[in-house]
Amino acid sequence: MGQTIIEKILSSHSGQEARANEIVVARVDYVMGQDGTAPLAIRAFNEMGGSRVFDPECVAFVIDHSAPSPNEGVSALHKMMREFVREKGFRLFDIGEGVCHQVVPESGVVGPGSLVIGADSHTCTYGALNAFSTGVGSTDLAGGLISGRMWFKVPETVKFVCNGTLAPGVYSKDLILHLIGEVTADGATYLAAEYAGEAIAALSQEARFTIANMAIEMGAKAGLMEADEKTMAWLRRYTDREFKPVSADPDASYARILEYDVAKLEPQVARPHRVDNVAPLSQVAGKPVQQALIGTCTNGRLEDLRIAAGILGGRKVHRDVRLIVAPASRRVFLDAMAEGIIQTLVQAGAAVVTPGCGPCVGTHNGVPSDGETVISTANRNFKGRMGNSNAEIYLASPASVAASALTGKITDPREYI
Amino acid sequence: MQFSGKTHKFGNDVNTDYIISGKYKFKTLDMKELAKHVMEDLDPDFYGKVSTGDFIVAGTNFGCGSSREQAPLAIKYADVGAVLAKSFARIFYRNAINTGLPVVECDTDRIEPGDELTVDLEAGQITNKTKGTVIPIKPLPKVMIKILNDGGLAAHFQKYGGFNFS
Repeated sequence: MGQTIIEKILSSHSGQEARANEIVVARVDYVMGQDGTAPLAIRAFNEMGGSRVFDPECVAFVIDHSAPSPNEGVSALHKMMREFVREKGFRLFDIGEGVCHQVVPESGVVGPGSLVIGADSHTCTYGALNAFSTGVGSTDLAGGLISGRMWFKVPETVKFVCNGTLAPGVYSKDLILHLIGEVTADGATYLAAEYAGEAIAALSQEARFTIANMAIEMGAKAGLMEADEKTMAWLRRYTDREFKPVSADPDASYARILEYDVAKLEPQVARPHRVDNVAPLSQVAGKPVQQALIGTCTNGRLEDLRIAAGILGGRKVHRDVRLIVAPASRRVFLDAMAEGIIQTLVQAGAAVVTPGCGPCVGTHNGVPSDGETVISTANRNFKGRMGNSNAEIYLASPASVAASALTGKITDPREYI
Repeated sequence: MQFSGKTHKFGNDVNTDYIISGKYKFKTLDMKELAKHVMEDLDPDFYGKVSTGDFIVAGTNFGCGSSREQAPLAIKYADVGAVLAKSFARIFYRNAINTGLPVVECDTDRIEPGDELTVDLEAGQITNKTKGTVIPIKPLPKVMIKILNDGGLAAHFQKYGGFNFS
């Protein structure tokens, strides 16, 4: 019997033939923590009697969730992280460098066949690079920092085969929202997801990250894709390291194989207050919005900003809307400046904030008021997510958010393409 | 381990933002302070209502969302005895075991708010004293029983210096 992608990666990292439902202790290639989770991990590290991290080259902390610090409580936690990193001699991505799920791939440390744990639920993002990467909590993170290992129950895999071609104005965000709506928020709990088919192959590498990023929103432990020429070309921009792609065997065993024809898919939204409360955008078109957010680990990459600039260029954001743009990383910010994208967005009326997670996680940089509606490119719309439980959040593609920022109401981006 | 208490019932897909909002959790490592805000967005009075040893009872996919370990810790520091749900999101489930919050997978349909329960992890069953019924518990994986018995993952590492499941 053949193996799935995740069974192969767990086999190569545990030294045993890993099969679904077995428990393995596996070597990890990279360990990451962010400022919402690392402070508790430092506490657990000390409780565990840790003295050094297993390999300083394979560890990073990222200060992105509240960056720069909005208050003294956060400042104290950031200081604690900086001191720990200095003492242990590993890498810190400090304020302004970007969101963990952008800076880790950009630093060239993760690629096909890698095994990564991160103390952030959206660590599944690197599955788009054919890696097994998954979110853990702070205590597991501390265990990984000390030992360079982690225990896993080998998950079964659900395979999503996406056939057909996405129509113009319909993006990978619309596709993943649709899939989450289909299988619901716990449709892949305890499972790994594999995304395949001609629609996935046709996506750019950047667009693929959006899909893998949201695997956790269907409960999945990982969201994996096979590597192709686009994957390898993307990696070559950031590293000289050699990676060996991992493919599923043709006779691998899957929990389920789900096939979709995406050709007729329209722009989608996730309505408040659940990511799986998905509908075609047309069903909520015209709903007034007061804030629009373009950014986050889901949709803050160069291509996303370029799409938004394409719609906002030469136009003005509606006077009743605040448009907030948070590039996913400093590199994205610089690339977007070099291309004139930032200029276009700012001229249209956008407020550009420091690369980071702030608005999406409700820490600062755009907390909505009572009764307000936000349209966002983020991955979660839970009540209170952006810092106010009396506000509503709709999730959509960067194009849909940009179009809605122009008109002041939820708007189909195809009117502007 | 055996626990007794009364129940507070919630629905499906209780996410970690509802358990402890991001606007609080990033500021402090004082879990007693965070515990005052536990479940606030679903029930603003929850912290005032809950007594030591009470149970949170929920439907499917409890703890979905973020990997924040502050979620099980806030529940634990609110002195909740255990969380009972039909299913749990996997990161929350691991975090709860690692930090010593008992999590129990079982059929919660026939448990109502205010019911008096006794949860017996060794016997693998829950006795609903109010209704006079017995509900079986889905057993934990052996690895997790080992971690729980050692007193959480930090204590496990203290004892063995790494993962030891042999």
